[in-house]
Amino acid sequence: MIRDITIGQYYPAKSVIHRLDPRVKIICTLLFLISLFIQRSVLGYGAATVFLGLVIYMSRVPLGFILKGLKPIIMLLLITVLFTLFLTREGQELVHFWIFRITDKGLEITVYTAIRLIYLIMGSSIMTFTTTPNSLTDGIESVLHPLNKIKVPVHEVAMMMSIALRFIPILLEETDKIMKAQIARGADLESGNIIQRAKAMIPILVPLFVSAFRRANDLAMAMESRCYHGGEGRTKMKPLVYKTRDYLAYMINVVYVLLVFFIGRFVSFHIWIF
Amino acid sequence: MSIKLEHLNYIYSPGTAFEKQALKDISLEISQGEFVGIIGHTGSGKSTLIQHFNGLIKATAGALYYNGENIYEEGYNMRELRSQVGLVFQYPEHQLFEADVLSDVCFGPKNQGLSQEECERRAKEALDLVGFPEKYYQQSPFELSGGQKRRAAIAGVLAMRPGVLVLDEPTAGLDPKGRDEILNQVEHLHKSTNMTVILVSHSMEDIARHVDRIIVMNRGEKMFDGRPKEVFAHYRELEEVGLAAPQVTYIMHALKARGLDVRTDATTVEEAAKEIIRSFHD
Repeated sequence: MIRDITIGQYYPAKSVIHRLDPRVKIICTLLFLISLFIQRSVLGYGAATVFLGLVIYMSRVPLGFILKGLKPIIMLLLITVLFTLFLTREGQELVHFWIFRITDKGLEITVYTAIRLIYLIMGSSIMTFTTTPNSLTDGIESVLHPLNKIKVPVHEVAMMMSIALRFIPILLEETDKIMKAQIARGADLESGNIIQRAKAMIPILVPLFVSAFRRANDLAMAMESRCYHGGEGRTKMKPLVYKTRDYLAYMINVVYVLLVFFIGRFVSFHIWIF
Repeated sequence: MSIKLEHLNYIYSPGTAFEKQALKDISLEISQGEFVGIIGHTGSGKSTLIQHFNGLIKATAGALYYNGENIYEEGYNMRELRSQVGLVFQYPEHQLFEADVLSDVCFGPKNQGLSQEECERRAKEALDLVGFPEKYYQQSPFELSGGQKRRAAIAGVLAMRPGVLVLDEPTAGLDPKGRDEILNQVEHLHKSTNMTVILVSHSMEDIARHVDRIIVMNRGEKMFDGRPKEVFAHYRELEEVGLAAPQVTYIMHALKARGLDVRTDATTVEEAAKEIIRSFHD
């Protein structure tokens, strides 16, 4: 049941995307996210769709698996969409009933916001699906390394992030187990009004918190007993080295971003779907 | 009260890279009052199998009958099944959540819709059955020792008065004394209430001592199913799949090989001792 939440998980497969240097994936993901926000045109989003589609195809992660990752943000998406749809006052009025007004401008913004949000999640989840938490931390640490000069504890931040990422599937599994154990004791999680349902969560949340603290404690102990003391003077078993495919990936990405940028800037191509 | 499985199959995450067939064509029947041990290596499918018994996992293919009724049929009362088949998970103390032990044990009966007094009566009865000392009833379950926590958690399932009790590795992480106590308590429970007990373990020693029947799981398949003596006779095959017969089985085989006229099917130290002494007297 709860295993279906896929956000932040690694999906093992053999693909070019999986083999890319984590730094490439981090920077390219960032550029992709920026590309979603620097423009607002049909052509631009068309390019983004093609690019994202290609990357997903090349990564060999099933599309259904990525779409499942959208489940947790459905609520957020819905609220965002409804608010922008009804609260945008600019533009020409399309529909008007009671206090609600939908304008063409509002509709346009809504569609784009929804696409942005969805692509944002899909784009970043393709990164976590194809990168093991370990190499992701390595990548983050290396990308943020310059910040060390202004006394930002980059290594510690990266370590915290990787632990947090690593714990997502563990805690999900734990939740699954506790839920099953309480269902086995007759707990009813599905019926009742919202207050009853919230109450029904207590037998799951309390053990979950207890177990999270216990795990954190164990982990801290294990790290300390192996003399972990932060990043200073720490060397890597597998230092990150760029290969040809990594430079190629950078190039493709930069070309894509420039393309999207110029489309948004100079092509005043405006078509209406509705 | 019987559980009957017919050609049960289960596949985890079908259609993804994580796809794994956890159970392959399992057919078996467990009747009222039996004390069954399910044994297998890590990942052999034993935990998956027992989660089918109370309907927590739905089989990908096959059928499961409880008291002759197919539980996968539309409209089957799963909650009733779950109070009939009590499932104690591995490390059950991780599910404790209430402020005191008694209320925690009351959780199950309360979900069955019983009155407060009846809940408490059953909770006390269950705590008594597992030998949980009365002076700790009002204590927070988080402050108890490991062994006591586990007793409280097992009581939490027993308080629902199930007809079948399924225990998944009830002794994992306990010291030898705690292990023996829990297992003896379970055996006592089985004898005094005639409850069907299904005990999952990977330790042959634990199982050999208590159960009447052993089901050996290997890679999602049922490998052996029979009385302990019959199953342990296959000790060479058991070794091949990473399991071992009880140590006394090896000793008896070794003694026989060296010329002592003993029967080799002893499964506990006591039986073995008796058999060796007998062979000297003859």
